[in-house]
Amino acid sequence: MKDQYWDTILSNKQPFFQLKLGEVWQSRDLLWLFTKRDIAQLYKQTILGPLWFFIQPLLATIVFTIVFGGMAGMPTDGIPPMLFYLSGQIFWMFFAETLNKSSTTFRDNQAIFGKVYFARLIVPLSIVINSAIKFGIQFFLFLIFYFFFQFVMGAEIHPKAPLLLLPVLLLMTGALGMGVGLIITSMTTKYRDLTFLVTFGVQLLMFLTPSVIVPVSEFYKKYPAIAPYVVGLNPLTAIIETFKYGFLGEGAFTWPYFITSIIMTIIIFLTGVLFFNKTEKNFMDVI
Amino acid sequence: MSRPVIKVENLSKQYRLGGYGTGTLTDDLKKWWCKVRGKEDPFLVVGESNDRSKIGNSQYVWALRDIDFEVQQGEVVGLIGKNGAGKSTLLKVLSKVTGPTLGKAYLKGRVGSMLEVGTGFHLELSGRENIFLNGTILGMRKKEVAKKLDAIVEFAGVARYLETPVKRYSSGMTVRLAFAVAAHLEPEILLVDEVLAVGDAEFQKKCIGKMGEVSDEGRTILFVSHNLGSMRRLCNRGVLLENGGMSYVGNIDTALEKYLSGGGSENGQANNNRIKFERKDQLAQLTEIAIVDAGGEAKSNYYYGDDIFVLIKYLITEDTRNIAIRFSLARNGELLFLTQDVDRHENLLGKKDAGEYSTRIKLPGYLKSGLYTLSVYIIEVGKIREEKIDILQFSLDDSNTDTTNKSYAPDKPGLIKPGLIWEYIDFPVHAI
Repeated sequence: MKDQYWDTILSNKQPFFQLKLGEVWQSRDLLWLFTKRDIAQLYKQTILGPLWFFIQPLLATIVFTIVFGGMAGMPTDGIPPMLFYLSGQIFWMFFAETLNKSSTTFRDNQAIFGKVYFARLIVPLSIVINSAIKFGIQFFLFLIFYFFFQFVMGAEIHPKAPLLLLPVLLLMTGALGMGVGLIITSMTTKYRDLTFLVTFGVQLLMFLTPSVIVPVSEFYKKYPAIAPYVVGLNPLTAIIETFKYGFLGEGAFTWPYFITSIIMTIIIFLTGVLFFNKTEKNFMDVI
Repeated sequence: MSRPVIKVENLSKQYRLGGYGTGTLTDDLKKWWCKVRGKEDPFLVVGESNDRSKIGNSQYVWALRDIDFEVQQGEVVGLIGKNGAGKSTLLKVLSKVTGPTLGKAYLKGRVGSMLEVGTGFHLELSGRENIFLNGTILGMRKKEVAKKLDAIVEFAGVARYLETPVKRYSSGMTVRLAFAVAAHLEPEILLVDEVLAVGDAEFQKKCIGKMGEVSDEGRTILFVSHNLGSMRRLCNRGVLLENGGMSYVGNIDTALEKYLSGGGSENGQANNNRIKFERKDQLAQLTEIAIVDAGGEAKSNYYYGDDIFVLIKYLITEDTRNIAIRFSLARNGELLFLTQDVDRHENLLGKKDAGEYSTRIKLPGYLKSGLYTLSVYIIEVGKIREEKIDILQFSLDDSNTDTTNKSYAPDKPGLIKPGLIWEYIDFPVHAI
């Protein structure tokens, strides 16, 4: 019997480069249902429901404004501190949540993965979509403050054209968080040592991502020796800076810098997906 | 026209026993080093066959070893074997949940698997939401589920609870709903693992009926169950697995027969239908079990009208008051009855003096034709001391029955042929 006759051939060998995007497309209904399930799960039996999404970034922003802006007197490039910290926060939270949740994909889903096969990538993708929805709600909060500062407080804010890059920025943040998350979940199925580092590492990463707390200009002034590496090698900084440049008119945005960030994001994302697809096949035996 | 839809070639699956730690890291490094140098994986050579009851020398076992068979479209194939024989592992490999270590498997058409009832059910979601979620996880499109929603709800019989979260369901209802979804899948190949063990009798019957329908529609089923009765009814072919290896493929009756008779050779020395056991130093032990005819000859084939006796000999080494001897008889894998020596002598309450005992039990005359299996137990105050499950078997044949001028149907439904007498108390005199 010819190999073409069969629809599926199972063996221990598989091509190294395999994205399985066709499979994902075929199970797009499932992606939608998983997303719906996770949202429903969050709201069920809460009274405030989605309002909880406001409270988290708001509190963080207030704390940052008081601690870093007020007590430490850190400059914010002339942007109102509230807006500066809030814009950093909503992106950071989108990234961190995607990363944290997708970094336990295999462990959290072993019960279902062990019993039925479907395109495994659906699970981390639904995590990204969920975090993106949360981001949407928080972005709405940002807009409220944005217009408040601009029209009520009369702050001088000059939005610029890269504002239109917002959808690209979202896509990049999601891909970045998911990519790193997939690498971690693939590496921690058999030996879980790395999981101890993840929570702690993500927190630490926030301080290594200038623009979330410290403006890039300030970072350059304080640490001129390492700043080019930290800023240049962290694609997330470019994303947040582009956002700030677009909406608030201040930020380290140049096209080459931004495009480098896009390329790095794509590489990280693809690496994550490849790792994930490679691990997916036999992870049930070792987890 | 039949065409192959599943082809399995030398399929093997190796597992490592024990936990993971630094020890496994060295093994992994060795494997990796061999791979880098382009050599064969050294651990594929050391694996042992997967006999769970024996302690082996190697950490690596073959849960499946060189499995080879082909399934044609529309066939219902039963996977038979003891616990740990590799049935579920085989289904897992075929459903892509885990990959094979060696060998290949080819599949033609959409594969649906039911390795567990209610995979992906979410307790917070309502019944309706779960139908959609579960259906899509099992591989249906949303549209297909919507089309079958009414049929699913009706099959499960949970219409009233459709909008209620599944966490408020009784466990039986959850199972019914889950099976209903799975039963309405329309894959070309269906892999089913021991799911009929759930639900009440009525629902089980419905499920078996549904599976029969599925195969009538030309779809292929690969099926694991310990309910040998339903296996015999549903399947046309059987694959018998033993410790990860394949010991028989072919006709389901032969496969079941081989499976059932395989139980004896493991426990003692079988000679026709008599097994003698070596003496051990135990309070109570079985010394001999046999199935004999009126003349005391151990046979494995009987005809209607023959007297059949179960012979159990056992040894008690000290005086005791708590020992009972029990045996059970199953017909075509379905338990028919269970009986104990103390049932009729309650005053004895298991009181037994040291010495050798020999009992002979005549089997009732209402047994229908079929394949019978005997299990014998020694019971000590409610708990099982020794068990010999499916240790002997015999067949009962009705082909000697004279059916001339009798409205006799050899295989009426039901488990027994009670041979009842219908006494007419009142009837119209000029009826004919």
